[in-house]
Amino acid sequence: MEMTSLNKDGKMVCCLSGEIDHHSSRSIRDGIDRLIIQNRPKVLVLDLSSIAFMDSSGLGLVLGRYRKMRECGGEMFLCNTNERTLKILKMAGVDKIIKNIDCDKEFMRNEYKDNSNDSQTQI
Amino acid sequence: MSIKTTAMTAKLKFKEKGGDIKMKKSRVVNSLKIQFPAKSANEAFSRALISSFAAQLDPTVEELCDIKTAVSEAVTNCIVHAYDDSVPEKKKIIKMHCFYDENNLLSVKITDNGRGIEDVKKAMEPLYTTGGEDRSGMGFPIMQSFTDELKVKSVLYKGTTVTLKKYIGKTNYDI
Ligand SMILES: Nc1ncnc2c1ncn2[C@@H]1O[C@H](COP(=O)(O)OP(=O)(O)O)[C@@H](O)[C@H]1O
Ligand SMILES: [Mg+2]
Repeated sequence: MEMTSLNKDGKMVCCLSGEIDHHSSRSIRDGIDRLIIQNRPKVLVLDLSSIAFMDSSGLGLVLGRYRKMRECGGEMFLCNTNERTLKILKMAGVDKIIKNIDCDKEFMRNEYKDNSNDSQTQI
Repeated sequence: MSIKTTAMTAKLKFKEKGGDIKMKKSRVVNSLKIQFPAKSANEAFSRALISSFAAQLDPTVEELCDIKTAVSEAVTNCIVHAYDDSVPEKKKIIKMHCFYDENNLLSVKITDNGRGIEDVKKAMEPLYTTGGEDRSGMGFPIMQSFTDELKVKSVLYKGTTVTLKKYIGKTNYDI
């Protein structure tokens, strides 16, 4: 499981890859929460486009981060969610609660290019 | 795709009449039994296992994802809910029995010897969970919607068996 995060101007994007199940979700959760505490973003974007597998444990993960951001007065979005993951999110109506936005990856990479806070975390 | 729709309709009609998916007695073509410790590292293992086994039926990507997800949910439940800390590690076991028949009906039975479920009907309701805020209570609803049949048998203090059934690949339904 690998997570890349970009952080700039109070916006933080976390790109998750690999499989999200009950086993992996704990370290992913801890990884994201650590970054939230570190960077205190106003907006958190979870990029789920590279997720190869997700089951209902991912719902807890996503909703938990959403709650956390809201508690700190922030916002959270999902981005580039793939069909498969969307199918799971829809089952719990999460797609209605958390907005899914389309992001241009190239744009994001450029946007965040000269940011020293970028990190590649192996979790 | 159209074959599948027919199958689904047939299945639904059958269900309306109050029947299970047992349209025709058909021979088991292949089967596999395995037992492993209820450790969370084995969630990924159980998915790899069912993927390889189901591959023999030439599934679509969608079908494979569906059955993988359903199995992952059932196995995760054994790991998260079935055994409490008082159970010795040696006894925290999950059994998985996979088989398919001539009609390409894949069945997966997942069994634990854990605490059991007091009210199965309630446990299967969407969003119902006893697992705290990391759990979503969507495991059973996902198993239900990603398979053609879901059966849960549970005896308190004895354990739980979840049976998932799904038609895979090209199917020939003679009803
Ligand atoms: N194998 C099991 N042993 C004991 N209890 C179980 C088992 N599987 C499910 N349950 C009970 O059913 C509830 C609902 O399960 P599920 O729909 O998968 O949601 P979740 O796992 O998120 O709680 C669980 O919270 C638990 O109380
Ligand atoms: Mg569950």
